[in-house]
Amino acid sequence: MADNRAAIDRDIAMYRRMRLIRRFEEWQPALIDAGEIIGHTHQYIGQEAVAVGVCQALNADDVVTSTHRGHGHVLAKGADAGRSFAELMGKETGYNKGRGGSMHLADLSLGIYGANGIVGAGAPMAVGAAATFQRRGEPRVAVAFFGDGAINQGVLLESLNLAAVWRVPVVFVCENNQYAVTTAIRDVLAAPIVGRAASFGLAAEAVDGMDARAVHNAAERAVARARAGGGASFLECATYRFEGHFTAERGKDFGYRPADEVAAWRRRCPIVALGDALQGEGAWTAAERATADAEVEAEIERALAFARASAYPPADSAHDFMYARSYPETPARGWE
Amino acid sequence: MAARTLTLLQAMNEAFRQEMARDPEIVYVGEDVRAPARGESAGLIDAFGPARVIDMPISEAAMAGVATGAAMAGARPIVAFQVTSLLFPAFDQLVNQAAKLPHMLGGQTHLPVTYIVLGSGARDGRAGQHSDAPHAHLLHAGIKCVMPTTPHDAKGLTIAAIREDDPVAVFVPALAAGRQGPVPEDAYALPLGRGAVRRPGRDVSVIAVGHHVHWVLAAAAELAKTGIELEVWEPLSLLPLDREGLLASVGRTGRAIIVDDGNRTCGFAGELSALLAERCFGRLKAPIKRLTRSDIPIPYSRGIEQTAVPDAGKLKAAVEQVMQWRG
Ligand SMILES: Cc1ncc(C[n+]2csc(CCOP(=O)(O)OP(=O)(O)O)c2C)c(N)n1
Ligand SMILES: [Mg+2]
Repeated sequence: MADNRAAIDRDIAMYRRMRLIRRFEEWQPALIDAGEIIGHTHQYIGQEAVAVGVCQALNADDVVTSTHRGHGHVLAKGADAGRSFAELMGKETGYNKGRGGSMHLADLSLGIYGANGIVGAGAPMAVGAAATFQRRGEPRVAVAFFGDGAINQGVLLESLNLAAVWRVPVVFVCENNQYAVTTAIRDVLAAPIVGRAASFGLAAEAVDGMDARAVHNAAERAVARARAGGGASFLECATYRFEGHFTAERGKDFGYRPADEVAAWRRRCPIVALGDALQGEGAWTAAERATADAEVEAEIERALAFARASAYPPADSAHDFMYARSYPETPARGWE
Repeated sequence: MAARTLTLLQAMNEAFRQEMARDPEIVYVGEDVRAPARGESAGLIDAFGPARVIDMPISEAAMAGVATGAAMAGARPIVAFQVTSLLFPAFDQLVNQAAKLPHMLGGQTHLPVTYIVLGSGARDGRAGQHSDAPHAHLLHAGIKCVMPTTPHDAKGLTIAAIREDDPVAVFVPALAAGRQGPVPEDAYALPLGRGAVRRPGRDVSVIAVGHHVHWVLAAAAELAKTGIELEVWEPLSLLPLDREGLLASVGRTGRAIIVDDGNRTCGFAGELSALLAERCFGRLKAPIKRLTRSDIPIPYSRGIEQTAVPDAGKLKAAVEQVMQWRG
């Protein structure tokens, strides 16, 4: 029963995190339209079970590398929604002090080595971090999140090989949402992804990425293997993004995804699925679930208020942070 | 020749269509070419089929490399990069291979490849990895580069790039990509290596590279009201460069301000500045000024983004400085 309670608490924690991510993401279009968020964002809606299931298996000092669609990974690894919103708004209190925005959210103190604007670029960094943990004999693990689109990027394939050869404590998590912008992965891949990973010598497994528990179980196995010195693994999580590639796709139809396909995946919402499962199993009541939802809502309200009340970075601070040590007129100003 | 109003990207799309219809060896390679968010390759797949309009996975190095090999085998590939910074994953193939092969092979092959580089110098929160203006990187490697800023020039320079027997990069400046203007219907090529005086003026030559030309022209109209006449000169073709046109303009005014979106150190503005110092020294009345982006990644937040790039305020300050020198 104690074990069962722990499992229930874990599932409720995953539910709440997924819900927080969902609400964080759902706010963005309105904030963009109001000019509060600059540019566009890549929403993580639909894929929450992957980030949350994996990060639930990690310790605070484990690290993750992320992608252009990174908010979910960052929040799942423990980032505060307020400081994340603040970064999206370009505020000084944001995780990157307003320098990075949506595609570069990072907090090294939380083990978040950063979202990334370049597809596949985070994978070698995860291998490098893992190699460092291994050299020092630290029981820490690095996770590289990336999409199906990254699987044909040279640097990612080089990283898979290195991780397998070096047997470093890394877990590669491929979020196969089946599309890279408008390109269907089936059109640019002649063999299954898991098989490709296995051929490098990685322990590779396909997982239902809409099921937070299934992701979590697979991640626990991979993380335990890595921590025990058993080497690197690869999880291919089947998932789907419910929205367009980025917020600029709203109201447009590029015609690359059939409407019934989108509708079928939307019916498999990972948050509803876990909430319903917990209720069906008698783990919590409808009222308890509603309370959890309300608490997430309050958290989001607080986060938004914090971000909105924060200041923008001073204009003359643009040149800060380029170097550990600056020299006169370095970095050069554009006008001097 | 009849002309209609098109956007710059529509004009480029028309250039691709007309050239591909003319020469069956032209192939178009890129990511998301069937449904391009900005429309540059719209309709090509229907017109020319998937054997000539090739939808790539996210494999930029291979994309650049297959174009080189195809060109060695006789094709004339057009390779489209969705974002300027995607040149960097492809850099080995661009710099170590395409840029060097014709010379290293003793002239056995030409490489008629066109690189379309979209969204150069993007703004408004694209942040550090989606705002680069990396023309100087390619110039430094010896790759020919053009940078049109009107639909008319975009069509003519794209066609010229496609017809050139060397690799040519067509940079599409982000702030000019949506601009509209008259474009003749027929196919036409503009010469490489020819710049243009966009506004004649007696006091200062402002060499405006890429999308800066549009706000520089507006600033010049403002300054004219105060009695200062800027001459605005646009290079259009960065390599080959219209040295004669550049030297003639600065020779007339005796003052030069170079406005470029690339980084400052070893940037294109520095190259033009050196050229003017070497070839035009006797005509200069004032030190040459550069307005470039700062040597930092473009910051996300609006205020600090603005600090990092040239703008009208910085231009006015530079004009005041060079006008203090009375030749
Ligand atoms: C190296 C590189 N090539 C192209 C792009 C442009 N781009 C941004 S996201 C994206 C699609 C990525 O697809 P995937 O990895 O499946 O992630 P998803 O968007 O589906 O989450 C592309 C092509 C980029 N940012 N980096
Ligand atoms: Mg994808």
